[in-house]
Amino acid sequence: MSVKLGVPSKGRLMDKTFDWFGARGVRLGRAGSEREYAGRVEGIDNLELVLLSAGEIPRELAAGRIHLGVTGTDLVREKLGRWQQRVEEIAGLGFGHADLVLAVPRAWVDVSTLDDLDAAAAAFRAAHGFRLRIATKYHRLVRDFLRDAGVADYRLVDSQGATEGTVKNETAEAIADITSTGDTLRANHLKLLDDGLILRSQATLFRTRAVALEGADRDTMVELLKQLGVD
Amino acid sequence: MADPAATRAEAMRLRGLFEAEGATPVETTILQPAEVLLDLYGEDIRARAYVTSDALRGEQMLRPDFTVPVVQMHMAEGAEPACYAYAGEVFRRQEDDPDRANEYFQAGFEVFDRENPAAADARVFALFHRVLAPLKLRAATGDIGILMAAVDGLRTTERRRAALRRHIWRPRRFRALIERYSGRAPVPESRAALLASADPMADAGPVIGLRSEAEIRARIEVLREDAAAPPISADEVALLDAILAVRETCPYALERLRDIAVDMPLIAPAVDRLGQRLDALAGQGIDIDALEFEASYGRTQMEYYDGFVFGFYADGRPDLPPVASGGRYDALTRQLGGGREIPAVGGVIRPGMVLELASRAGAGR
Repeated sequence: MSVKLGVPSKGRLMDKTFDWFGARGVRLGRAGSEREYAGRVEGIDNLELVLLSAGEIPRELAAGRIHLGVTGTDLVREKLGRWQQRVEEIAGLGFGHADLVLAVPRAWVDVSTLDDLDAAAAAFRAAHGFRLRIATKYHRLVRDFLRDAGVADYRLVDSQGATEGTVKNETAEAIADITSTGDTLRANHLKLLDDGLILRSQATLFRTRAVALEGADRDTMVELLKQLGVD
Repeated sequence: MADPAATRAEAMRLRGLFEAEGATPVETTILQPAEVLLDLYGEDIRARAYVTSDALRGEQMLRPDFTVPVVQMHMAEGAEPACYAYAGEVFRRQEDDPDRANEYFQAGFEVFDRENPAAADARVFALFHRVLAPLKLRAATGDIGILMAAVDGLRTTERRRAALRRHIWRPRRFRALIERYSGRAPVPESRAALLASADPMADAGPVIGLRSEAEIRARIEVLREDAAAPPISADEVALLDAILAVRETCPYALERLRDIAVDMPLIAPAVDRLGQRLDALAGQGIDIDALEFEASYGRTQMEYYDGFVFGFYADGRPDLPPVASGGRYDALTRQLGGGREIPAVGGVIRPGMVLELASRAGAGR
């Protein structure tokens, strides 16, 4: 056995994760070519790097198939019910910052708060005969947020990409999506609601609660967390 | 957890008891068209029901309850008055609590009768009371109709009353609306700026999406009207709070509500209906002097009960869901009836919990 660390398999998130570990003396990298999803580790023994889609890391952690994993807090909360009982947050890594927000057309000058959104949704439903549609891929997080806020007469429509375009395309009236700077929202004539911040997310190192490590593996985990300065 | 065969047998035993009361046994399909349920409950139902789909029929839900299909069936073909019994599995997503079952049996009894609602309420409650008597459960009762009447009786604009009615089942938003309409919560800055602006759409940019400029302007008009409307008086808010705070045994609750009705006469008919129901319950042999009444009971459940509501609980086990629950849902029949409606009341028992509690009581002996 060995301790398995899951890391996003591509893009900035992978590069920055490699940098973060590298700065702490744990050098991670891809084995072989750019296209190969096998990892290599230097600077500590008995640690295995597993390259995965960031979206699959929460599930793999919850199942205990990887022991540590780097992914966004948004993905863990969206994909895992009772996430605190299934994974442990070890450290925020200080990058991959993104906020999950509710946004509506900027032309909706009458809608600035959730209170307004709720009232506009009621009027919209009466006028159009169907519920105001909110496009998102974060169904659980958005639904829980709106339920807590007591917003009614909306429905979520699934959007796995180009979510900001759904309003213009008339497949949704509002959106809930990840934004880091808000530029994409502005470019698509959308605005944030004053109280529409659903979640602040960043790349985070998680540990599974599904399996207890023993022997050499447990020693590796202790040593690793010490070396990373997060023990 | 009782084994499935025993639970099924218990469910059928309960259904048999309901049939002995004159109910017609009915079956419904497990897969229900999602559209009807989504339209009734909104997005929240997705958090509570399993949704599946195929390329031909689109989205389907695993039956989260029997009430909706039974009402649909009755509205489509039922003769009046009618009384139905059913038993079978229901399915509920439980993403936040692994201790709650996501699949369990229900045995239910529903009465459609426009002659005497008080008698129908009492009939259902007394039947459940009798069936569950060996378990020595605590009964809770309430009446959403009184709160609805109180909202209807507020001296304010019809728009505000409609907004409050819409959120009766969402206590937090209901409270927030009361705070705002009574002038106790400050007007949000963004709202104040909008109302102060001579041409709010001047800087709006392009209007995109289905919600039109006319709709936006119409709502601004509504907001202007609302800002000009006088606040709901402190006296009326106090009366509403007094109603929500009523939590007594039934006769005292009735007396308290009659006192409140002196200052808020529009709730009097709803309070009279409570009185008639209590008489009918007493006539069925229920000890109403010991029966609890809570005016805010049932507000956080699924939003179709609009009158009498009740539940039966295992005392000292707040971790368990109610063993049985039910209530009146006249508005649901209107929504599903396509222009027709009929007063309806009913409830369900969870046979699995009946067995569990019975075996516990047996072991304790």
